[in-house]
Amino acid sequence: MSTVTADPPTKKRLSPRKRAQRMRWAQYLVLAIVTVVAISVADWGQIQSVFFRGDMIKETFAQGLPTAFKNTIVYTLGAFVLGLIWGTILALMRLSSVAPYRWLASTYIEFFRGLPAIVVFIAFGLLPLAFPGLVIPFDPYGTVWIALGLVGAAYMAETIRAGIQAVPKGQVEAARSLGMPSGVATRKIVLPQAFRIITPPLTNELILLVKDSSLVYILGLSRDAFELTKYGRDIANTNANLTPLVIAGFCYLLITLPLSMVVRRMEARQKKER
Amino acid sequence: MAASGSHASREVVIQVDDLTKAFGKNEVLKGITTNIHRGEVVCVIGPSGSGKSTFLRCLNLLEQPTSGKVVVDGVEVTDLDCDIDKVRADMGMVFQQFNLFPHLSVLENCTVGQLMVRKRDKADAEKRARTNLERVGLLDKEAAFPGQLSGGQQQRVAIARALSMEPKLMLFDEPTSALDPELVGDVLSVMRKLASEGMTMFVVTHEMAFARDVADRVIFMDGGYIVEEGNPDDVIGNPQHQRTRTFLDRVLNPTKVGQIGGEDAAYAERHAGDEPTDGSGSLPEVPLSTNTRHGGGLHG
Repeated sequence: MSTVTADPPTKKRLSPRKRAQRMRWAQYLVLAIVTVVAISVADWGQIQSVFFRGDMIKETFAQGLPTAFKNTIVYTLGAFVLGLIWGTILALMRLSSVAPYRWLASTYIEFFRGLPAIVVFIAFGLLPLAFPGLVIPFDPYGTVWIALGLVGAAYMAETIRAGIQAVPKGQVEAARSLGMPSGVATRKIVLPQAFRIITPPLTNELILLVKDSSLVYILGLSRDAFELTKYGRDIANTNANLTPLVIAGFCYLLITLPLSMVVRRMEARQKKER
Repeated sequence: MAASGSHASREVVIQVDDLTKAFGKNEVLKGITTNIHRGEVVCVIGPSGSGKSTFLRCLNLLEQPTSGKVVVDGVEVTDLDCDIDKVRADMGMVFQQFNLFPHLSVLENCTVGQLMVRKRDKADAEKRARTNLERVGLLDKEAAFPGQLSGGQQQRVAIARALSMEPKLMLFDEPTSALDPELVGDVLSVMRKLASEGMTMFVVTHEMAFARDVADRVIFMDGGYIVEEGNPDDVIGNPQHQRTRTFLDRVLNPTKVGQIGGEDAAYAERHAGDEPTDGSGSLPEVPLSTNTRHGGGLHG
């Protein structure tokens, strides 16, 4: 903007609004040029045969896409529920008046948030080495739920803690002054309000979990336990074609886009209520 | 309404003995001793920072007293063995900020305590809740949520919520201070009705007219002490202490202040003696007649 004053006086000066208008035209122009170049340079036949090959689409559906789709959802939901329960416990521990609980919870949260999820899964896959007799129920779902839930809980715990702290102190005082013991006040008064506050961020955690579920192939699962990514990648690798992965990608969007829409609506409603 | 004094018996409901409370180094209560009797309406007045709300909150242990004794209905609540939840269930409390539960309907606000603490069944709890909502004139709002009500309505629901526990006494912590002026009247008339029905009430308030009309006894607090207490006509009508006079003058004639900053000076003066006394044990001196700011125009 300061360049205006540096312009030679002979040059006709544009008014700021005119200049802004021209800038907008220039931006449209750049966009148009990039698009035209991209379209003309790309080999569309080749692109379609790699990403959207008709027979590969059929093949992908036929080999058990619904099962993979279902697995992704089941893995995610189970892990979410587990993470929510464990995360709530961690959040309450972090807010405990007993210092060792606070330390334990903080350590757990920092540990699992700091590690890449993939490292946790690799370690989890090798867990039977450390505990030879270990049997996790609902195999393979149980294993996936626990692995994914342990990581998710660390993230959710921080969200839940923030939600609990966002409930005004007067709410607890009102509950306690009615004679409610501290546990009842937390369960009946604080947590319902906290979860209402954090529903949008928790749904975001759910979306992240949907995507993180793509990492559980590391646990070493049988074919009918594959989730979308592993499933799509397997077919893509055997056929040297990316179409199955593209379809897997669309399936993820099928799950996550409605969820983010829900989040946006909830956030809008919360804003209105305030 | 001063006739409500006839309800007061000599039976002590709350006994407060040399109560002190410090937040860190900040001593808020410096030794409060008083009794509240069955059926008595006690109003506590005093400038902000005088410790009156803290005093009230010490009675049901929302604040943990630093030392001293509080006995409610024969139960020493300051004793570690006391079941405070049981005592609190019998002490209704009304907050300045209402503190209704926003996720529960008006009716549920009035039943949740009964269900969780009194262990009543739902039908019984709702019946009692409706009785009390009717008492505060809000039976038609039972399905509403707190966010849909005006401040005055919320505070009346808060009173109904407390009454639904059928408490033996009620604590009011500045119940009208957060209300728009035109909404104060409804809340006060509910409280008047309650007082005339013989409820034991302990009210921290800035409503001098209410204190004067309804209270059996007025306590004036300043700087963590009870400066003066007695029947409202004496304390409000004919205060004996200079600090009471100054405070009442400022409250009753807010436009009469001689100079800007006068309140700051008055505050500094009141708290001049409040500095920690380094355990010397001596009470800070209470300045009684050093206030010359009004140039004698008041009590000259």
